[in-house]
Amino acid sequence: MTSNVSSPVGRPRRRTGLGARTDWWALAMIAPALIGLAALYLWPFISTFIKSFMNVPVFGPGKFNGVDNYAKLLGDPGFWQALGNTALYTVLVLLGIPLAIVFAALIQQVSRGKAIYRVLFFLPVVTLPVAVGMVWRFILNGDFGLLNYVLSLVGIPGEYWVADARFTIYAFAVVGIWMGLGVNLIILGAGLQSIPTELYEASSLDGANRVQQFFSITLPLLSPSIFFVTILTTISAFQMFDLVFVMLGSVNNTALGDSKTIVYLFYDAAFVQFKQGFAATIAIVLLIIIMAVTALQFRLQKKWVVYD
Amino acid sequence: MHKKWLAAAAAVATVGMLAACSTPAAETGSDEPVTITYGIWAGTQTPAMQAIADAFEKENPNITVEVQELPWPQYWSTLQTGAAGGTAPDAFWMLAQQIQPYAAGNQLLDITDAVKNAGVDLADYPQAVIDLYDQGDGKLYGLPKDFDTNAVWFNKALFDAAGVDYPAADWTWEDFRETAKKLTNPEAGVWGVAAPIDYQGGYYNTIFQAGGQVISDDGKTAAIDSPEAIEGIKFWTDLQADGSSPTLQQLSDTEAETMFEQGKVAMYWSGAYWALQLYNNTELRPNVDVAPLPTGKKQATVSSGIENVGYVGTKHPDETAKFLMFASGPEAAKIQAESGAVLPAYKGTAQTWMDAMPEFKNLQVFIDAQAYSVPLPVNGNAAAWQGVQGDYLTDAWNGTTSAADAAKAYADAINKVLAEG
Repeated sequence: MTSNVSSPVGRPRRRTGLGARTDWWALAMIAPALIGLAALYLWPFISTFIKSFMNVPVFGPGKFNGVDNYAKLLGDPGFWQALGNTALYTVLVLLGIPLAIVFAALIQQVSRGKAIYRVLFFLPVVTLPVAVGMVWRFILNGDFGLLNYVLSLVGIPGEYWVADARFTIYAFAVVGIWMGLGVNLIILGAGLQSIPTELYEASSLDGANRVQQFFSITLPLLSPSIFFVTILTTISAFQMFDLVFVMLGSVNNTALGDSKTIVYLFYDAAFVQFKQGFAATIAIVLLIIIMAVTALQFRLQKKWVVYD
Repeated sequence: MHKKWLAAAAAVATVGMLAACSTPAAETGSDEPVTITYGIWAGTQTPAMQAIADAFEKENPNITVEVQELPWPQYWSTLQTGAAGGTAPDAFWMLAQQIQPYAAGNQLLDITDAVKNAGVDLADYPQAVIDLYDQGDGKLYGLPKDFDTNAVWFNKALFDAAGVDYPAADWTWEDFRETAKKLTNPEAGVWGVAAPIDYQGGYYNTIFQAGGQVISDDGKTAAIDSPEAIEGIKFWTDLQADGSSPTLQQLSDTEAETMFEQGKVAMYWSGAYWALQLYNNTELRPNVDVAPLPTGKKQATVSSGIENVGYVGTKHPDETAKFLMFASGPEAAKIQAESGAVLPAYKGTAQTWMDAMPEFKNLQVFIDAQAYSVPLPVNGNAAAWQGVQGDYLTDAWNGTTSAADAAKAYADAINKVLAEG
């Protein structure tokens, strides 16, 4: 039966029925994964895409309104501000990667207890982001926070780090870097370990010092890992929401208006304003932005990433 | 033979699935064990809600009530997703400013008949709260659980330290401003009052006291930019301007209620729902007292309350309706009152609530305030237009724009939401 289906009239018959049969078997075998993928990723995406052209109330069916949502979003200064905030946050968090390289190299040098260091750096990754945000919120409190207390000891007047829009994005970035360090460290650490030691031995015979080795051997050979980490960090930074939500505490936070990220706008639209169609539009625009940035990064990698 | 078996099995499975989809009307009155969930946001009320669930289970041994607690910041988004996805709790707390999209979207269990058949008398509840939830469609979606009015919580120790008289019951806006100014002591890090951008505990009250309104009488347009309403907003921006309150930045870092508990602010405008929290702070307890809101052109406070409502998608509509009536009924009211958690909506339970916190001698002001209370403005999708208050009012509070300009811009935003229906 299967061979009939896969050999429609007018198409040249395959030499044996085997090929067609294998196709169907293969499809059947991956069907569970395929269906799961379709149900969990493809359908939500399609549904979001459709909704982005609609006016959808919280409950019940929506109405198509063409590109109204897109026009409204792109004409909203709040969107451009959120895009700026998100971009600034992303750039700042990317600065955490050099930091992660340094730490990864340092841990590599440690002769004993590497695992302990890795666990310590990894702890923030497995901690609930909400808990992390809360703790940092206390640390950064303008009147009673630990940071301002420490600053006051050395005579520097503190600021309202999480209640003044001039500082909030930087505060998010500090926490974001701290939270992301663990994962980056693991990936970069693995990259470091895969660099053959003979290269270092050979180069030191040629008279290269540590710094030269780092720039001529470590960095180029680590560049695929760095690239990978950069892609991951960029994508997750563009999707940042939790830190705004938790660290700015409440909708009454005076800095919130100027500290929103794109995903926060999405949350605001979907769950505060009850505008699901508009929220879908934000999600699609964010997707396009992330895709563009990632594509750009893939183009640029040719200039600096070294594959053997 | 083999095929017959398969067909039979398929038939059974189909029937089973159909049964699972339909509402089990046949189960009503039977003793089939049933579990219903009760969604609430976390806070001091949880033990009382658990006690209510227990009392209900004792009366209805076949029904188990699971209290599901959610943190306040996630409560509404979780509920919204749950209702849309069919997994919302069977019974849950509702706020008047949130009910409109749920009712309009047909997500709430209609308990009109159940309430009628059970002989529940709506006169036992404050009419103001019932009205707040009335969607004008002739249906009853819930019953009031509690009600609140506002008053001024104050810290007697800070008054004594500053040598300021305690508020008189008939104090005016002028008196209030003077008192706040006198209590403020920057060196000691003490402010007279907390003046955040708070609609329910704050500027709505003064808008009404100034003779203004937030929304016009027909409910279709904002009235927050009328000269009277602007006066009501100015009341707060003035307190910010003369330094009688911590700045908005400070209040963003540390919420007003926390500031009050820490003895940083001497007066805090809010509802009866903070009573237990303040009472439980044993160090602060002897210093806490409460006075009526000051009088502007007239006396006024906004009034609201939580309702217990049911989810239309519940598998056990009868049991849920039964629980809703119980949770808003006299016995539950008594449990709530005795715990001090909150002022129950059910008639005649106020005294029990006051007796639960004997050291707080003036809780009566919350009950007396009913006489001059106005319903909380909740027209249209209130959560949506109230949710954006900060975007428009922050500049006025910070003093970088006038109260009038901020009110005007905010009124435009409100009108837009109201026009969308």
